[in-house]
Amino acid sequence: MKVVVDMNKCQDHGQCVFAAPEVFQLDANGRLAYVSDPDDALLDEVEEAADVCPLQAIRIEA
Amino acid sequence: MAPTSARVVVAGASMAGLRAAEQLRAAGWTGAITLVGDEPHMPYNRPPLSKEVLAGKAPFESLAFRPRASVADVEWRLGTRVVASRLAERTVVLDDGSELSYDGLVAATGMRPRRLRCPGPLAGRHTVRTLADAQGLRAELTRPGARVVVVGAGFIGCEVAATAVGLGAAEVTVVDPLPLPMVGPLGELLGRALLARHKERGVRFALGTGVAGFAGEDRVTGVILDDGTVLPADVVVESVGSLANTEWLGGNGLDLTDGVLTDEQLRVGGRPDVVAVGDVARFPNARYDGVPRRVEHWCIPTDTAKHAAKVLTGAEPAPFAPLPTFWSDQHDFRLQSFGAPALGMDDVRVLEGDPAGDVLVGYHHDDRLVGVVALGGPAIASAAARHRADLLKQPALTA
Ligand SMILES: Cc1cc2nc3c(=O)[nH]c(=O)nc-3n(C[C@H](O)[C@H](O)[C@H](O)COP(=O)(O)OP(=O)(O)OC[C@H]3O[C@@H](n4cnc5c(N)ncnc54)[C@H](O)[C@@H]3O)c2cc1C
Ligand code: SF4
Repeated sequence: MKVVVDMNKCQDHGQCVFAAPEVFQLDANGRLAYVSDPDDALLDEVEEAADVCPLQAIRIEA
Repeated sequence: MAPTSARVVVAGASMAGLRAAEQLRAAGWTGAITLVGDEPHMPYNRPPLSKEVLAGKAPFESLAFRPRASVADVEWRLGTRVVASRLAERTVVLDDGSELSYDGLVAATGMRPRRLRCPGPLAGRHTVRTLADAQGLRAELTRPGARVVVVGAGFIGCEVAATAVGLGAAEVTVVDPLPLPMVGPLGELLGRALLARHKERGVRFALGTGVAGFAGEDRVTGVILDDGTVLPADVVVESVGSLANTEWLGGNGLDLTDGVLTDEQLRVGGRPDVVAVGDVARFPNARYDGVPRRVEHWCIPTDTAKHAAKVLTGAEPAPFAPLPTFWSDQHDFRLQSFGAPALGMDDVRVLEGDPAGDVLVGYHHDDRLVGVVALGGPAIASAAARHRADLLKQPALTA
């Protein structure tokens, strides 16, 4: 799967990090870093991350 | 599991309704799903209505939720109101007089703003709940020289005041009968810190006073305080709490005082086929004292939908026990909360930083941390997030 975060929208809430820590992380400056092509086995977690992002900045492409 | 003709009806087509539909699919529901919503729009995200969108930093179009592919086949009855229900007959009545029968019912009708009932004109007075509300308010806030009075220093009132200052309003005054902003949910320590920050950024306050009425003939020109003082106003925003949209459930013997009462599985009236989700649900949280409460936080539609969908499809999960999470953006700072500060108001401690700057505050019950709130920039919000795992791990709090 492909994950795209709209960095213009993202405000570093970090909710996605709680939902899918293998895919989303906050770096030392509190800015979001993420894996853009995670394994399909992580789909549930990534969907959950997309759900809980307050800015709805995460898009999943099959 | 579902006979091919089986149908779940979701009343209310906003965030909680959408999440319920998605989670029903995730829980294996293959029957029909019909969402009935009285707004004309597909579900959209509300928090930016008092922040980015009101400020003009994000377009209205950016608010729409992106529904999961799994709900591509659900039926949307938008611009349609549910006006009544007969739960014993598994039937809801729509505003065009037609009836829908269901095998499962999800109550997701949310809240509407409470209005002030005092004398004076209506024009120029706003609330902020819907897209239409925010559009109407933005048009008036952006008029040059606008004098704005916000009634109610809760989180929506504080956000709108901050946004209005950012838009260059000539004067922004917040009125509240309580002595500090957001003092109910946050307590005095953070209430004072918030007050100072808002004042530094140009918001004025009239605290410890209610509103007696509105001045003006056809349109509001001022807000009359309890002592007769008149605050001149071109635009008034009423952010004085909200009322649950539960009238359509009347006549079924349910407890509808302040939302729809549910059991610890989010079931309504002891029925296996009716659940409530989102802002409208008044549920006991097994993590805390078991007292049913409504929780108007953005995380709740998703959390409740996940649990309720399992219950409606026949599972019996462990009792619902979400960790409440809440944020609010005001001016250049953020409030970020995890847990239940309201249950630890008698023992409030500064955990990191200083109320004059970025600060992390802990709320304790019987010496145990039950909630944290950060006020400030991203670093202190991350500090709050570090306590989240501990709050999640703790055993249930018994009253
Ligand atoms: C301006 C604003 C800012 C916010 N900011 C934050 C924030 O910063 N952080 C945070 O944590 N939370 C915030 N929230 C709270 C969060 O947005 C809500 O908790 C969330 O929207 C609740 O979703 P819901 O689907 O339960 O209810 P709602 O979004 O209220 O949806 C209910 C829907 O049902 C419809 N409806 C009602 N009655 C009927 C009927 N009889 N028939 C058919 N349809 C009906 C309504 O029109 C509405 O579309 C904010 C809310 C607002 C309004
Ligand atoms: S939850 Fe959304 S806003 Fe927050 S860091 Fe993740 S993508 Fe960014």
